[in-house]
Amino acid sequence: MNSRSKLAAAPYLLWMIVFIVVPLILIAVFAFTTSVTCDAEGNLLTEEELSEYLAECEENEVEPELTERTVFTIKNILDVSKYSTVLINSAWLALIATAICLVIAYPLAYMISRMFYTRQKLALMLVMLPMWMNFLLRTYAWMTLLEKNGLINRLLGLIGIAPLNMINTQGAVVLGMIYNYLPFMVMPLYSVMTKIDDRTIEAAQDLGANGWQVVSRVIMPLSMPGVASGITMVFVPSVSTFIISRMLGGGTNMLVGDLIDLQFLGNAYNPNLGAAISLVLMVFIFLCMSITNQLDNEDMEGVLL
Amino acid sequence: MKKISSKIYIFLVFLFLYAPIFVLIANSFNASKSRTVWTGFTLDWYVKLFNNEVILKSLLNTLIVAAIASVVSTILGTAAAIGIYKMKKIFRSLIINITYIPIMNSEMVTGVSLMLLFVALHIDLGYFTLLCAHITFCVPYVILNVLPKLRQMNRSLYDAALDLGCNPWQAFRHVVIPEIMPGIVTGFLMSLTYSIDDFTISYFTHGSTSQTLPITIYSMTRRKVSPEVNALSAIIFVVVLVILLIMNLSDIRRSKPRKKVKKGGTAE
Repeated sequence: MNSRSKLAAAPYLLWMIVFIVVPLILIAVFAFTTSVTCDAEGNLLTEEELSEYLAECEENEVEPELTERTVFTIKNILDVSKYSTVLINSAWLALIATAICLVIAYPLAYMISRMFYTRQKLALMLVMLPMWMNFLLRTYAWMTLLEKNGLINRLLGLIGIAPLNMINTQGAVVLGMIYNYLPFMVMPLYSVMTKIDDRTIEAAQDLGANGWQVVSRVIMPLSMPGVASGITMVFVPSVSTFIISRMLGGGTNMLVGDLIDLQFLGNAYNPNLGAAISLVLMVFIFLCMSITNQLDNEDMEGVLL
Repeated sequence: MKKISSKIYIFLVFLFLYAPIFVLIANSFNASKSRTVWTGFTLDWYVKLFNNEVILKSLLNTLIVAAIASVVSTILGTAAAIGIYKMKKIFRSLIINITYIPIMNSEMVTGVSLMLLFVALHIDLGYFTLLCAHITFCVPYVILNVLPKLRQMNRSLYDAALDLGCNPWQAFRHVVIPEIMPGIVTGFLMSLTYSIDDFTISYFTHGSTSQTLPITIYSMTRRKVSPEVNALSAIIFVVVLVILLIMNLSDIRRSKPRKKVKKGGTAE
């Protein structure tokens, strides 16, 4: 391939600039601007001046001549702190979900990686199969189970336990996150554990390591890259979900995703504030990633699949 | 002892993963609208599902958008990968890093940013915007699958083809393309599945006439009780199961010779 083949990337570069770079710049622009009302000449009006002018127009029965102008402000970014409880709550619930996913997935991935090759394939397929159903359907399934007169409460009733209030709680939201994103934790863990040679483990045992030492001194260090990408792959979608919390949290457990949705397509229409929250969320996500990337020095491309 | 406990553990995790889906499927045959009381077997919900024009129309939308988006992304992404591969390191890593953004970023931020773009350009939300959004998040998967294949390729193969009398296009067509084909196919399939499955980005970029299936499902689940959703889930589950079984069976059959080697190494 000659140097002219560089040109093959040109259409994509154009696409990338228009649909990846510009939108991100737009988020920043919206986050740091607000639209203000000006008079016909474009001079800024204070609220008093505005109401005076409007009253004047009404008296003289003329259409008010006003223009909108976009000005720089950091008010939106400062306003995000008003919702700090929502932000902290989102991060906290996502963190719990990620931790539980890790605890569940770690032994599972190890067990799968030590099976026969054909069984490994089958087990992995079974782990991934639910992921192929849309997450809305999976979350809907839990709505059915967790309801007041849902299946779980009915089963509990059979053994004489009073119905529990499960749906519309934070626990239900965390459960939804775990259920939806557990396979994202299993896959990267499996892909590093399957590379651990049995002989390495046997060598450790021969050299006198007990079961716990094998896990803590051999398997864990070798599986660190998988742990890092698993944490990212579960935490990022969990922290920014807006449907799981709405379906299982019943609107009372608002997460940052719901907050953003509300600013753009909901009742609290305010795209500037929405963009500011999105910007904060994005910076937060990339910060978390740079931390987990420290653990994971492997080439990213291998882990993505 | 250890073996039994690990079997129980695996069983419990799979129970957790599958019980909700099976309850959903069982309910799709339940005559009662209530999701907890079994009042008899019925196929009514399936009949209703296939007579529901909104669902059928959105299914068609999903398939059309996914087909166009994945074909365009595959072409755009393969060309991009070839170009990026030839670039100087500094540009290459800059472009690859930007390409990662839609994959790493929260889908929600991607969706919102695209919506802001379309609003700023005064483009009405509809098929066109939906398609642009889908292509945007699909292309990175193609690029990131094709690039490693280009790196693995032996550089002298192309030169050898030229030495043996190929013109550059022939050498590209008959030597480079077959070498990177597995990456192209994986990229295409990933684009297709991500496009069919996407909810969040579509939610922010679709118009009222360009609803995809996930968006229709979302509006159905908001009504709390809609047994048609159960029927739809059952159908999707069976379709996915069949596809995956076919894929895995052929995969296992192909890798049989390799299995023997692996077996020798495992302690089981």
